[in-house]
Amino acid sequence: MNNHSRDNHAGRNNDAGKSHISTSTKAAAASTMDIVNQGLSRRYNAEKRFRLYGICAIILSMAFLAMLFISIIGNGYTAFQQTFVKLDIFLDPETIDAQSLQDVNYQAMVKQSLGAMFPEVKTRAQKRELYGMVSTGAAFQLQDFVRKNQQMIGSVIQLWVPADDDVDMLIKGHISRDVPETERRIKDVHLSWIDRLQEQERIQKRFNTTFFTAGDSREPELAGILGAVSGSFYTLIITLVLSFPIGVATAVYLEEFAPKNRWTDIIEVNINNLAAVPSIVYGLLGLAVFLNFFGLPRSVPLVGGFVLTLMTLPTIIIAGRAALKSVPPSIREAALGVGASKTQMVVHHVLPLALPGMLTGTIIGMAQALGETAPLLMIGMVAFIVDIPGGFTDPSTVLPVQIFLWADSPERAFLERTSAAIMVLLAFLVTMNAVAVFLRKKFERRW
Amino acid sequence: MSSSNLLLVLLMLTVSGYFLGRRRAVAVAVAGGRNQQILHSRPTYYGALAALWCAFPALVIFSFWHLFESSVITQLVIAGLPPDMQAMPADRLGLVINDIKNLVGANIVPQKIHPAIQSAADHYTQLTAISHATLAVIATAIAIAGILWVQKIISPELRARNHVETMIKYMLVACSTIAIFTTIGIVLSVLYEAIRFFKIVPLHEFVFGLKWSPQMAIRADQVGSSGAFGAVPVFMGTMLISAIAMCVAVPIGLMSAIYLSEYADKRFRAVAKPLLEILAGIPTVVYGFFAALVVAPMIRNAGVSIGLDVSSESALAAGLVMGIMIIPFVSSLSDDVINAVPQSLRDGALGLGSTHSETIRLVVLPAALPGIVGGVLLAVSRAIGETMIVVMAAGLAANLTVNPLNTVTTVTVQIVTLLVGDQEFDSPKTLAAFALGLMLFVITLILNVIALVVVRKYREQYE
Repeated sequence: MNNHSRDNHAGRNNDAGKSHISTSTKAAAASTMDIVNQGLSRRYNAEKRFRLYGICAIILSMAFLAMLFISIIGNGYTAFQQTFVKLDIFLDPETIDAQSLQDVNYQAMVKQSLGAMFPEVKTRAQKRELYGMVSTGAAFQLQDFVRKNQQMIGSVIQLWVPADDDVDMLIKGHISRDVPETERRIKDVHLSWIDRLQEQERIQKRFNTTFFTAGDSREPELAGILGAVSGSFYTLIITLVLSFPIGVATAVYLEEFAPKNRWTDIIEVNINNLAAVPSIVYGLLGLAVFLNFFGLPRSVPLVGGFVLTLMTLPTIIIAGRAALKSVPPSIREAALGVGASKTQMVVHHVLPLALPGMLTGTIIGMAQALGETAPLLMIGMVAFIVDIPGGFTDPSTVLPVQIFLWADSPERAFLERTSAAIMVLLAFLVTMNAVAVFLRKKFERRW
Repeated sequence: MSSSNLLLVLLMLTVSGYFLGRRRAVAVAVAGGRNQQILHSRPTYYGALAALWCAFPALVIFSFWHLFESSVITQLVIAGLPPDMQAMPADRLGLVINDIKNLVGANIVPQKIHPAIQSAADHYTQLTAISHATLAVIATAIAIAGILWVQKIISPELRARNHVETMIKYMLVACSTIAIFTTIGIVLSVLYEAIRFFKIVPLHEFVFGLKWSPQMAIRADQVGSSGAFGAVPVFMGTMLISAIAMCVAVPIGLMSAIYLSEYADKRFRAVAKPLLEILAGIPTVVYGFFAALVVAPMIRNAGVSIGLDVSSESALAAGLVMGIMIIPFVSSLSDDVINAVPQSLRDGALGLGSTHSETIRLVVLPAALPGIVGGVLLAVSRAIGETMIVVMAAGLAANLTVNPLNTVTTVTVQIVTLLVGDQEFDSPKTLAAFALGLMLFVITLILNVIALVVVRKYREQYE
């Protein structure tokens, strides 16, 4: 450091009085210039290296981002298709009683149809293997079909039913045929059956509507995200309805009305701290206060909404205050000057101008709430729930928790469904953020 | 009447209260002879006053009623149970109540219903019906009374605007205190259970104990699970993973912030900055999935190929992914403070002949250091409190180790494992989660306060 300053000093002298200085100082100056020049290439190299570090850091983060997306999309895109098997089923009028359609043994009809396709399968163990080729959901699908098409009873119908998840994985290429049989979930006998089905064009990949229309299930081929999506929807509605008005009111009070005293200071410090409290602590709060103290039911969107409201409030308040701050004081003074009361000034003039900014903050807060998992685990929204929730007090789960639950499942088919559910979640988040950016761009005002 | 119907009725009453109030004010003015000029406020304010007095008291009663309804009814039902059932220990009683509620909700009906439980369930249904009916009557009556009262007091002299504005102001104040109540709620709820825990397990054993195995014996004669609550390994694991995360996030985050704010041109910045912020917007459960299914196997395979024994739930995988998550956090905070350094400092250094990187290293960074430290502290508190990544990618075994290839556990993982699933609120196992939560809250609070103070001081310095 010391050296540097001396060099610079000498250099400045040299520049300032070039014309009338003695030869001796000139020589001294030349030698300092030499010293500077000697170090120059080293310093330029250091400069280049430093720049390189910066570029590397950015490239590295982009690479992480790309890796994340590629691995998720690569794992997940196949989940939007599902393998179906075509069955020929004879709707025997003797076994199907039109009066009591729910009592018919549809499972047996599915099994009979499979047995008819592979008449050589005789032993009980092998039959069980064969029947495992199609999903257990096939019987329910058949039941639905019969209920809707009662005039078909007595004829042979062709029905595409979902294949079992292992067959599905094989068709999609996630299970390799080259692996030794003992290490494969699909046995060689299955392979021969599948090959025969393929020859007869009885196996087909189709768009997986089940994934978007069903609730959770233990069977991957029957599992869907609709239950989790509607749970998320109800939870977010509660969060929005509570946090937006409260957040806006708090921001307005702190920014426009509050006197500068110790009490408002405490509130401000509090809000800043709450913004940085780990989300799981909010879960503990919800568990202790809402569930244990107030005795509200577990696993319901109502309580989830309460917890997420408390969690997103700081975000909304901070964004709201920033939006109010950006409204110029001249607007306020003009309103007060023509005789508006303070409340009229805020409600009629300041708030409408700050609202786009507040909405942007709210949407970002909602996006946070949509992706939040940890506090919801604490209040029991982690249960296995098959039914699609229909209200604010139905037990339900949310999309991120569904992802967490599926990620724990050992089946290969759940891996791709987890990735697909993540893609859906990210799609929602991207949409919300895009709306926020659009709002900001559209209503942004430079004063 | 169901709650949603009641709310709908209240809403309709409020709207009609508004119109009635406004009409009444106009009528009073016309009766006074000189049109609306004799009114103190515009007629809408009289309407608003009526609407507020209609909705506000009714809604307050509605929400309090619902908050306490279920616990009060449960108490009443317990009081109505036969004495031998009431004398049961708390956990058995809880099961009975659960049975009753299931019966009421017609969820899972047990095969054989005890007559006492059946009658209690009937009692419960009856009480709920009574409660709902009472609430409906009271709330509607209060709402109507509010409208009628305001109708009665409307006169040209009534200062309706001032009344309305005062009420609005009180509502704003009430909303702003929710932040305080949240903090109080967190502190009280965590502290209360933690104190119960420290009554069973002494504080010094929790803070200094070296062994963590919270599995408690269910019966007294069971062997092998005595329960040990020494939190040192848990906190060591948290610190190990956070340290790995910071090792990833601080250099990358800081360097990208420096590049973006000092070197990059506008176009590059406009593309790179939002892309970096995408990393911050990805839900943590996605990172957890990524850590458990992509990064952890990758590290394990890499370790095996060079002959290292890597655990499949290594601290390295969780820490690495957590670091990726925190990069944008560090970079955007540092970006702010670097931009806040006055341009005159840079100009001075460049004018003296230093290169760009020398200016940054010797002038800009030292000037921005307090702000960067504050940002890093915030990032550390974020890392300590992060839950989903470690729940999915880190292990459950509480090993006291600093080897990043081993499995460690963290505070948040333990809280989740102890509290997800069945809980009984008198065993130290469940209460331990609250003790851990208390420590977590206190540590992150201290870090945040220090960080906020540092950042604020620094900002004032250059403003």
